[in-house]
Amino acid sequence: MKILVCVKRVLDPQVKARVKADGSGVDLANAKMTMNPFDENALEEALRLREAGSADELIVISIGGGKTEETLRHGLAMGADRAIQVVTDEVLEPLAIAKVLKAIVDQEAPGLVLAGKQAIDDDSNQTVQMLSALLGWSQSTFISDFKLDGDSATTVREVDAGLETLTVKMPAVISVDLRLNEPRYVKLPDVMKAKRKPMDKIELESLGLDTAPRLTTLEVVEPEARAAGVIVNSVAELVEKLRNEAKVIS
Amino acid sequence: MSNLVIVEHDNSEIAAATLHTVTAAQQIGGDIDLLVAGENCQSVADAAAQITGISTVKIADNAMFAHHQAENLATLIVEHAKDYSHVLVAATTFGKNLLPRAAALLDVAQISEIVEVKSADTFVRPIYAGNALATVQSSDSIKMITVRIISFEAAAESGGSATIEAISGGVDTGLSSWVSQAVSSGDRVELTSAKIVVSGGRGMQNGDNFAMLQSVADKLGAAVGASRAAVDSGFVPNDYQVGQTGKVIAPDLYIAVGISGAIQHLAGMKESKVIVAINNDSEAPIFQVADYGLVADLFEAIPELDAAL
Repeated sequence: MKILVCVKRVLDPQVKARVKADGSGVDLANAKMTMNPFDENALEEALRLREAGSADELIVISIGGGKTEETLRHGLAMGADRAIQVVTDEVLEPLAIAKVLKAIVDQEAPGLVLAGKQAIDDDSNQTVQMLSALLGWSQSTFISDFKLDGDSATTVREVDAGLETLTVKMPAVISVDLRLNEPRYVKLPDVMKAKRKPMDKIELESLGLDTAPRLTTLEVVEPEARAAGVIVNSVAELVEKLRNEAKVIS
Repeated sequence: MSNLVIVEHDNSEIAAATLHTVTAAQQIGGDIDLLVAGENCQSVADAAAQITGISTVKIADNAMFAHHQAENLATLIVEHAKDYSHVLVAATTFGKNLLPRAAALLDVAQISEIVEVKSADTFVRPIYAGNALATVQSSDSIKMITVRIISFEAAAESGGSATIEAISGGVDTGLSSWVSQAVSSGDRVELTSAKIVVSGGRGMQNGDNFAMLQSVADKLGAAVGASRAAVDSGFVPNDYQVGQTGKVIAPDLYIAVGISGAIQHLAGMKESKVIVAINNDSEAPIFQVADYGLVADLFEAIPELDAAL
């Protein structure tokens, strides 16, 4: 089985996003970028499936401009066999991304598509569900456990009430949560090896898809900051303030 | 304008999140219909008809919707969405799983997790873990929207008298089958609706120590939550997690115990009315959002707090 893992280049999660003064967006110039953490979990799961003999080829795909290649090289260093970069300088919305991914799935015919449950930049949490819809495949989202069993897979989903176990028919599109696994660290020899692995570049226009945006961003602002608080010196003082000043406990 | 709100429920009761979603629909304006899809869910439709300001409750009672899998439900929504300008659902794991699938089948965008309605086509949504707020305008004929429930008050559960209409449609795709649901503990105060939440982080050191927080929470009628670090470390189950990728909550009082205050955690609780931080590291970022900070060893402070309540 071939597995396609979708990865996104995002602002490093440890870095606080800075809104541009002109309200046009978040300033990413010179910011530290990384692979979306959830996508690393997706890739790790694919690597483990290959190591268990359930997969024989592992492709990482990403959509974006020049530096997207760095993120894909990281995926190759983690252990993917080859990479596909769909090249565009436009920022695509989740629906457009799903259409691009569908076109690649149609070409590559993987038996499983994995991705993180959301990208930590736009926090949309849409792409996997949309891709699954366009393909007409089964979906399982926010998973923390995955067991392949022939032509189906048993997944455990992290839902608001707890954990839901769902069996999906293969092929499937799956979005993963952080507790699925612990992504491996990349070692220097892997980085060197990754430089020689194949990387296909496909121009977005060549796919002939309607990827025009449906949403216009009118403004991006910082949320109002909270008023500064006070440091209390004892538990007794804390309880007194919560009772008499904030009036939130009785 | 006409709104279709998808009702979240367990085939017997309406999830509170739905009431908040109705309020978002009211702010958009126009008629509001509700869609109840499930199996043996008449009691849900009956209760839904009582919600204030609803025109029609559409009920699709069919075994293929029993466990609310997205593949089948999305086909039903697609058949009925064309009669509406807006389709809304709460940004819970139910809504997040379902709505993008329906949106893609309709070839329209989804606007995720709105926190404000500016007009019928313009909405505000948080990005970058809530460190930025984007105002977006949609050009699609049908606006598919998930709603952040803490940003909208709950609509009144009574006072309405909507018509209930049975509908058909939807495709049993047979793509997935529900096996089971494990609810981590049924008698706890529910995290997303609690007025007071006591949360523990990595500083709790292990799961057993959460009993200290539970004791404080019991005295306050509070729910217990946790940071991602505490959940990742296996101290407590996933449904305790508060944060960018866990639950987003806004109680009257949030007490963060042994939580450093990572960006992704703040995203889930910084709208709380009053925030208390108890941490032995005075440099911890959690103190920057706290109304009341106590720099102390939690293993001394929490028993003391427990005794003082």
